[in-house]
Amino acid sequence: MSQLTEIRWHARAGQGAVTAAKLVADTALLQGNYIQAMPEYGPERTGAPLKAYTRVSSDPIEVHNNIQNPDIVIIMDDTLLASTDVMEGMPEDGILLFNTTMTAAEARAAVGAPESMRVAVVDASGIALATIKKDMPNTPIVGALAKITGLFPVEKVKERLVITFGKKFSQEMIDANLASVERAYQEVQE
Amino acid sequence: MAEKKMFSATGNQMVADAFRQVNPDVMAAYPITPQTTIVEGYAKFVADGKVTTEYVPTESEHSALSACIGASAAGARVATATSSQGLAYMWEELHIASGMRCPIVMANANRALSAPINIHGDHSDIMSARDCGWGMMFAETAQEAYDNTIIAFKVAEDPNVLLPVLTTLDGFVTTHAMDCCVMEEDQVVKDFVGIYEPKYPLLDTENPVGQGMFATLGNGYMKYKLTERHALDNAMEAFERHGKEWAEITGRPFELVDAWGTEDADYIIVVLGSCAGNARFQARKLREQGKKVGVVRPRIFRPFPAKQIAEACKNAKAVAVLDRSDSFGSPHAPLALEVRSAFHANGVDALVNDYVVGLGGADITLEQMNTVFSDLEARAAGEGDGSIKYLGIEE
Repeated sequence: MSQLTEIRWHARAGQGAVTAAKLVADTALLQGNYIQAMPEYGPERTGAPLKAYTRVSSDPIEVHNNIQNPDIVIIMDDTLLASTDVMEGMPEDGILLFNTTMTAAEARAAVGAPESMRVAVVDASGIALATIKKDMPNTPIVGALAKITGLFPVEKVKERLVITFGKKFSQEMIDANLASVERAYQEVQE
Repeated sequence: MAEKKMFSATGNQMVADAFRQVNPDVMAAYPITPQTTIVEGYAKFVADGKVTTEYVPTESEHSALSACIGASAAGARVATATSSQGLAYMWEELHIASGMRCPIVMANANRALSAPINIHGDHSDIMSARDCGWGMMFAETAQEAYDNTIIAFKVAEDPNVLLPVLTTLDGFVTTHAMDCCVMEEDQVVKDFVGIYEPKYPLLDTENPVGQGMFATLGNGYMKYKLTERHALDNAMEAFERHGKEWAEITGRPFELVDAWGTEDADYIIVVLGSCAGNARFQARKLREQGKKVGVVRPRIFRPFPAKQIAEACKNAKAVAVLDRSDSFGSPHAPLALEVRSAFHANGVDALVNDYVVGLGGADITLEQMNTVFSDLEARAAGEGDGSIKYLGIEE
C-alpha cells in the first residue's frame, strides 16, 4: 500500500521555509522514501507571504502539481493568519504545526480547527533566537515535525542537517542548529 | 551494475551537471528566470575548475546565441541555456544556427511570454520556436531533463543530422522543484558523447569553407532548405538510436513516444512535459474503476513523431490534446494541430478535443484531468465539437 504524506508550508520570505521544505524531503530520502519539494515562487521580497510544498512517499511520485489537500500544514509565522486561510483543503484528520507563542488551545481557536484535527505549537523563533542567535525558525520546526508526526526519527534530521550545512557553515553554526532541532523536538506541545 | 545512489536535485541542477559531464568547449549565455540556476551553476563549475569550457557571459541572449554560432562554426562543441523572453530575443539566431547546421545544444526552461508579464511555466516560448529548424525534446522530470540533455549532443552531432537541439524542461515545476534523481559517472557520459569532431570547421585553414553564404537568385536557397528538411527528418532515427543506446547504458527507458495504457484505451490524453504524470496518475485511478483510459506523451516534438502517436491512438474513440500554449488565430493550439494532422495522414478516426491548460504556471490539477476524461466519454456519445477549451477558466 502506497503511503503518501503531503505537507504545505506557510511562511514569510526570509524565514527559510524553502530550506525547511527541502530538509524534510532530504531527511525522508535518507530513510529510503521518494520525495518532492517545491516552493511556490512569486516576486521575492523579504516578509512577503509564501507557500512551499513537500511530498514524501513510499513509491515514486509522478504528479507535479501543487498540493491541494495537505495532510500536514506548517505555519511559520502566526501573523499570516490575518491574511491566509491556512486550513484550505485540509482533511478532517489533518495536522497543524505552528511556530508561535500561543498555546495549542489558543492556536486551535485562532484557526477554528475542529477536534478531529491535531494542533501542535512550538516557539521555534524563540528557540532559534536562543540557539542560532537569529530568527530562523526553519530548522527547529523540522525537529518539532519529527516529534509530532513520526515521519522520521529526530536523529535522521540531525544527520541530514550535518550533511546539508556541513559544506556551508562553521561547526559552531551547525551545533547551534542541531541544538535548536533538539529543543524544538523536546518543547513542541499539543 | 552497482545500484546508483538516489539523491535530491532540481531539474536545473541536473541540466547543469549534464553539461558539466559533457564539458563542451564553449558556453555563451545570459541568465533569465527560471533558467538562471543552470548558467549560474555552470559558471561555478568553470570558476572551480571542474570543466575546461570557455564561458562567455554576454550582455544579451541575442549575443549569447550569436557567440555560440560563431564558436560552433569554428569547430567547437557548444552549449547554452535560456527561457521565455530570452528565447524570443534569440529568434533570428535560432534560424541562423539551424541554417548554418551548427549542432548547438540549448536547454530551455519553458516559460510564459509577456504581456502580461509572467515568470511561470508554460510552452508559449518554446512553441514559438517550433519552426526554427531545431530538434526539440520535452522532459517530464528532472531525471529526464538530465538524460535528454546528454542524448541531445549525440543527436545534434550525428553526421546525418548536424542541427541544433533544444532540450526543454518546464519552468519551476521541473526547473526548481526538488525531485529524486540518479546520475551516471562522469566517464560514462564522456564515453557516450565521445570526442566531437566537427565536419567543416572554419578553423581548418587547410580546407577553407564558407558558411551561411549568400544564396539568392536561382534555386540554391531552395535546395539548401530541402537538405535542412531531410536533416531534421533524419533526426527521428537519430533520437531513437541514441536514446535507446543511452537507455541501454543507464537502464532508464527511452521511447520517442511514451504510451501508457493505450493498447485497449477508449479515451486518451496526449500531453507534453511535466503535466503527463498528473494525467497518468488520474488515468490509473480511473483504470481501477474499470475505465479504459490511456496517456500518450511525446518525448520529442521536432521532428514530430506523427506515426508513433497515430499508432498509439489508433483504437481510441476520443482523444484529448492538452496544450500549454495557444496559436492565436489557428483553430488549434500547436500540439493539437500536429496530432490532428497525424491522425488525418495515418487514417486514425478518433474524435479529438482540444484543451489549453496551465498557462503562466496555472496549476494543472487532477480534477482537471478527470474533467477531460469525462468530456471524452461525452464526446464519444455525441456531445460537443472538440473546439478549444481553456481548462479552469469560465467564459
